[in-house]
Amino acid sequence: MTQRLDVEAILGKTPAPEGSGEPGYTVLAKGDHRHEIDGDLLEVAMGPHHPSTHGVFRMDVALDGEDVVKLKPVFGYLHRNHEKIAEGVSYLASMPYTDRLDYFCSMTNNWAYALAVEKLAGLDVPERAEYIRVITAELTRLLNHTCLIGFLVQDMGALGTPLMYAFREREKILDLFEALSGSRMMCNYMRFGGCRVDLPAGWLTAAKDVVDRFGGFLDEYEALLSGNEILMARTQGIGVLSAELAVDAAITGPMLRASGVNYDLRKVDKYGIYDRFDFRVPLGDHGDVFDRYMVRVLEMRESLKILKQALKEIPDGPITSPKAKIRNFKAPKGEAYGRIEGPKGELGFYLISDGKPQPYRYRVRPPSLINLTILEDMCLGHSIADTVIILGSVDIVLGEVDR
Amino acid sequence: MERLDQIFVTLKAWAVGQVPEPFQVIASIVLSIAPIMLVFPGIFALTTVAERKLLGRIQNRLGPNRVGPFGFLQWAADGLKTITKEDIVPRNADKVVHFLAPVVLLVSALLAYSVIPFGRNMYAIEIDAGILFFFAVGAGTELAVFMAGWSSRNKYALLGAMRAIAQMISYEMPLLLAALAVVMATGSLNPNEIVAAQEGGRGWGEIVPNWFVFTPWGFAGCILFLIAAAAESNRSPFDLPEAESEIIAGYFVEYSGMKFATFFLAEYLGLFVISSLCVVLFLGGWHAPFPFFWCAWVPSWAWFIGKLACIVLLYIWMRGTLPRLRIDQLMNFAWKFMLPMALINLVVVAVWTYTRPWNYFGAELVRWLLCVGLLLAPYLLLGRNLLRNRKWGPRTYRYAS
Amino acid sequence: MNIPGKGIVTGMAQTAKNFIGSYVSKERMTTVQYPEERVPAQEAARNFPFLVFDEDPEAGLRCVACKICEKECPPQCIYIVMKRDENAKPSKQPETFDIDVSVCMSCQICVEVCPFEAIKMDTEFEYGEFDRFGGLLLGKDRLAKSNQYYHKIHPTEAAEVDARLDEERQAKAAAEKAKAAKLAALAQKSKDADKIVANGKAEKK
Repeated sequence: MTQRLDVEAILGKTPAPEGSGEPGYTVLAKGDHRHEIDGDLLEVAMGPHHPSTHGVFRMDVALDGEDVVKLKPVFGYLHRNHEKIAEGVSYLASMPYTDRLDYFCSMTNNWAYALAVEKLAGLDVPERAEYIRVITAELTRLLNHTCLIGFLVQDMGALGTPLMYAFREREKILDLFEALSGSRMMCNYMRFGGCRVDLPAGWLTAAKDVVDRFGGFLDEYEALLSGNEILMARTQGIGVLSAELAVDAAITGPMLRASGVNYDLRKVDKYGIYDRFDFRVPLGDHGDVFDRYMVRVLEMRESLKILKQALKEIPDGPITSPKAKIRNFKAPKGEAYGRIEGPKGELGFYLISDGKPQPYRYRVRPPSLINLTILEDMCLGHSIADTVIILGSVDIVLGEVDR
Repeated sequence: MERLDQIFVTLKAWAVGQVPEPFQVIASIVLSIAPIMLVFPGIFALTTVAERKLLGRIQNRLGPNRVGPFGFLQWAADGLKTITKEDIVPRNADKVVHFLAPVVLLVSALLAYSVIPFGRNMYAIEIDAGILFFFAVGAGTELAVFMAGWSSRNKYALLGAMRAIAQMISYEMPLLLAALAVVMATGSLNPNEIVAAQEGGRGWGEIVPNWFVFTPWGFAGCILFLIAAAAESNRSPFDLPEAESEIIAGYFVEYSGMKFATFFLAEYLGLFVISSLCVVLFLGGWHAPFPFFWCAWVPSWAWFIGKLACIVLLYIWMRGTLPRLRIDQLMNFAWKFMLPMALINLVVVAVWTYTRPWNYFGAELVRWLLCVGLLLAPYLLLGRNLLRNRKWGPRTYRYAS
Repeated sequence: MNIPGKGIVTGMAQTAKNFIGSYVSKERMTTVQYPEERVPAQEAARNFPFLVFDEDPEAGLRCVACKICEKECPPQCIYIVMKRDENAKPSKQPETFDIDVSVCMSCQICVEVCPFEAIKMDTEFEYGEFDRFGGLLLGKDRLAKSNQYYHKIHPTEAAEVDARLDEERQAKAAAEKAKAAKLAALAQKSKDADKIVANGKAEKK
């Protein structure tokens, strides 16, 4: 067994901390005597290069036999200084950077940022732009949830079959986004006070067609997955998150609703024009992985309802507020926090402005990161095979976790 | 068409006749073994490509289609790649055992081919206890798995090997008991006699073949056999030892290059041989399904290969659809569901054979109802119990008011 | 009825449906075998910027080197140097206009802020180079593409831009004409005045 070199002690810079170099030092907290009597724990690093960790993400796991005793998530491998860059460029120039936060759902990221700036500057958004925002956000929710379910089942070993079906449907929605904003994933579409460009000719018909077919696809998807006994065996009772713990840990999004807490920002904040649409919020009872999966499926069906209503009721009109400026936009002094119900949870932007063209402080509240903090509590006592599935159900995207 | 049917047998007889007298025995042996060792690895090569293409089609995408016509030379590219890879042996590994593990796996898989009849009069050797020999030799694969895990001197490989062996041993029981049902029905352990017992047909114009799969116990036995065979050869949904998203998996993590390819080859050969046994036991071996005249034109070995291909396609289909079972769920399934069902199947075989002499009007229907009921009731009860004990089941969801 | 095993069988039926569907319907087999087949780009698609010129690549370039796009570009991938003529006076043309395509993130902000409709988004993306140290730094010669090309890739947008530019040109021409008419009127007035003065002088004499 190789000895761990204590570099700091050798170089004499700082004395080595007590207990370093002992087995279990990195993972067990000092004074944690839970498993000293049982013998050695197996420390495993499910490292950044792993097919199932949804990006560059590391989990340091201590195993007792096959049960997880301690789990420490390590991230930061994708940190790109997003918040610091935003302090140096204008408000508008941060908008393409927000696309790249949660790179699956760029439209909702744009909307959250635009909402924050509109709150700061007191801008109004015309009707048509609000409808377009709702339509693109719900399409993004559909995209995200299908692909997430695909990834979850892929981690379970279904060799990517549901994932490929999900991507096939995602392509249709991405084609819609390309026709609208010019780019499939990095849309850069919302502006302060509205949207950048109006819907091209024929877009509404194409969108209606996609939405109508999506219901049939969801039925097929559910026939493949929801009744599958193996899926039920692998996900029911795994990774239970109680409602109290979820609320204490500031979990938001489908994870919270699967634990039974009725908190959906579309109903609570009523941002945009969501109070005009008739949709329900599904809740789970057990808080396990299967509930999170089913809540997402039901949410997709509710999104289809919203989409059908919005596509029918969308009015004509301008799409940007006349007060909005593109260049030399200076927000008045103050602070604002704009948040939306993103597909992964509550995505918020906190801006402090001191009157200059650049923000003084720009902070992103990433739902993936906050939801990730509860991973250890959910994984304790389960086997390591379940850890991968629980991580899959938390729905993280490393671009958002690390920013 | 008799000639086409027996073409390989006559070729071999002619070739052995060419060889001078003292060497004829050896020539006969070699000529029995060589076709097996050439044909089945060839089928393996084609299956790897076909599997990738079929899985691709299931997933709405094309499989490999660049190398050769429609991608059917992909196996050559893969083979070349594997052969030219560096063969890494860990420093602390037990070198002899590390080398022998893939060899033992391959040899046990190949040995089992010797008792299977691939066509009329086409078998390498006829042993009266052929089925027994098959399973005895097949158990050598488990030894090879343990050798691989142990010799790698790797914590994870050892744990993976132990899990794989636990899985394989647990599924031996349902496999053997399902095969035992056929042995009980025919009264013989000889594969040739088992195939002969499935000759002909019944019903009007002999439209329904006499294959054992068309009887209640045979149907249940075939399904049990196929599931247990999937678990034996580590196929999805029982492929925990080879899973990529499991951290403690893979008794062959320390193997690379040609040795890894040998493991792969031996695994597929094992799959083929156990599917061949399923064909022999339940699907009528090399018999044609219908007595129509054109069926006689197709040679018996072609029917055999066709049935084998159907089973392999079924496995590929299962692989593309089902997620993986966790190790404890796998073991639960084997001991609490498959084993009781296999035992009940034996009882049903006994009932079926006992009630065969019944001759009164409607006896057939009564027999069928009795046997199907004897099978269906435990299936439903056991299945529901297994799911309900863990509180697994479909759920209803409420919406916020 | 809740038969155990029903979910698995329905699942396998779904997969079989997709398998057969992938042979018969285009909707199930959506693979486009790049590079032999390509998906035609949508009209609004944007990949990297290019400069528009009317008629002449040098003289007809619409860019006047105002450097607004350089200032607004988020990753700062544009580098402009204005051309100065013999007396070091700025002439309204760029001498250097470099875009580092490996830095550009296709956000289209340069297009939005340009007041002269000079820079637009191209749909070409196959810019692979072997030279990693300057191969993706596109200069003015590679960036300048004609207005006809712009019409080909973005017809509706180009038509709108042309209409707008025509309107501006006409408005400018009308303004020029009005100014010229005013000047001419003033000149005529002063000529008349001169005549009157000359007449007056002659009368006095």
